[in-house]
Amino acid sequence: MINCKEVSKSFGEHKVLDKVSFDVPEGVIVGLLGPSGAGKTTLINILTGQLTFDAGEVSVMNKDVNKLKGADKDKFGIMMDRFGLYERFTCAENLAVFADVYGINKSNIKESLASVGLEDAAKTKAADLSKGMRARLLLARALLHDPKIIFLDEPTSGLDPKSVKGIHEIIQNKKKEGCTIFLTTHNMDEATKLCDDVMLLNEGNIVERGRPSDLCRKYNKDKKIKVTMKDGSDGEYKQNADAADKIAELIRQGSLETIHSEEPTLETIFLELTGKKLEED
Amino acid sequence: MQKILVIFKKQLRDTFKNKTILIQFVMFPVLTLIMENCIKINDMPENFFTKLFAVMYIGMAPLTSAAAIIAEEKEKNTLRVLMHANVRPWQYLIGTGAYIWTICMIGAAVMSTGLPSEERLFFLPVMAIGFVISIIAGACIGIFSKNQMMATSVVMPVMMILSFVPMLAMFNDIIKKGAVVFYTQQLRNIFDEMSWSAIGTKSIVIICANALVFAVLFAVLYRKKGLE
Repeated sequence: MINCKEVSKSFGEHKVLDKVSFDVPEGVIVGLLGPSGAGKTTLINILTGQLTFDAGEVSVMNKDVNKLKGADKDKFGIMMDRFGLYERFTCAENLAVFADVYGINKSNIKESLASVGLEDAAKTKAADLSKGMRARLLLARALLHDPKIIFLDEPTSGLDPKSVKGIHEIIQNKKKEGCTIFLTTHNMDEATKLCDDVMLLNEGNIVERGRPSDLCRKYNKDKKIKVTMKDGSDGEYKQNADAADKIAELIRQGSLETIHSEEPTLETIFLELTGKKLEED
Repeated sequence: MQKILVIFKKQLRDTFKNKTILIQFVMFPVLTLIMENCIKINDMPENFFTKLFAVMYIGMAPLTSAAAIIAEEKEKNTLRVLMHANVRPWQYLIGTGAYIWTICMIGAAVMSTGLPSEERLFFLPVMAIGFVISIIAGACIGIFSKNQMMATSVVMPVMMILSFVPMLAMFNDIIKKGAVVFYTQQLRNIFDEMSWSAIGTKSIVIICANALVFAVLFAVLYRKKGLE
């Protein structure tokens, strides 16, 4: 669906992307993870044809991104954090503008607002929406014309947990409908929960790629097991026969409350690979 | 054509929500009606206020509204969203320009209600030409400006020159000599005569030159900055 071959992009002297290569199959959610300034938005701008690149090849839907026509781009749904809304218009009016642009039936507006849980806010002015509601309206606008590829740039950045959960549900539903979703985030939880595949981007290079669970297993070098006792104390064991005996003993004694493996998170993997944190403190 | 109409419709929908722009459109037509009907001074030229405010309307409403609308869309990043939805920059500019022109023509029609019908047929086409030039000038400012605040600060002096200089020229000969280079001053002269046959070649040349300057400026700015 998306194919990127050795794509490079510089802004003046600053190299933002350095020979980035990857491909995204149809019907999956791919997450691009990286700290602020890693080149995530630049890459999304290149993939959506908003930005030219210095070297390499990019094809989307088997077509050179520079040769995509209007009808091809109509299959894109793009939500970017910096995108604005018509503040004086209501939610329904905001969507109505784009329903007219895409030449789609106005009845889709109600449906679209309902899909993001904004049916009761149809007549609320965009200026009066909370940050979470604004994000949902931006998402509704991106999905209004039933796109086949959805590009989401930091879709849940700065939102409350309830709004984040709502947006995650919408994204997962779109995947079930067969859409290909390419999202950027610096939130490791989001990537772990949502993505079939993640790419870790650092200083314009993809430093690691794979399924979140596979990556966590791959970097689980210590293979630790964490146990919590009924008295509230806890302990850590390395996976070996000795630890197995001790844990079995704790179970026999009935003093064990919880037991789980201590796998690294995407955050710790990123830190290990780059020496940097994904999320700023 | 469909996307031009969408932009036109969007702007039309925004007319009554955007009070600052609405005031620009309504102020001079309303002032004209009030002044023409309430103030009667001996020896005052016929339809004095209509002619005076007509030029001020040309130099103010289309200029400020074109600049403000484009600058606001740029600042709020809604223009970028439209471009993503395959609205071409020229479709956006034509849609917005057509909207401003139409609303201004409605205002001009209101202003012309006090004129005899034969003068009205002269007044409206001349106003139409003036609006087009001002819209292009306003679009230049909108494209040049990064945000609304910048657009306002650039529009203000341009608007003052285009709309107030022709009025001040009535009272001061030095200003009148300088004002001759502006299309609004030439339109003011044309309105004084209210006759097709009285339009001089000099006026036509100056108006065309003004239109050309703004068109070239628009092309240069658009090529350099686009609508981003």
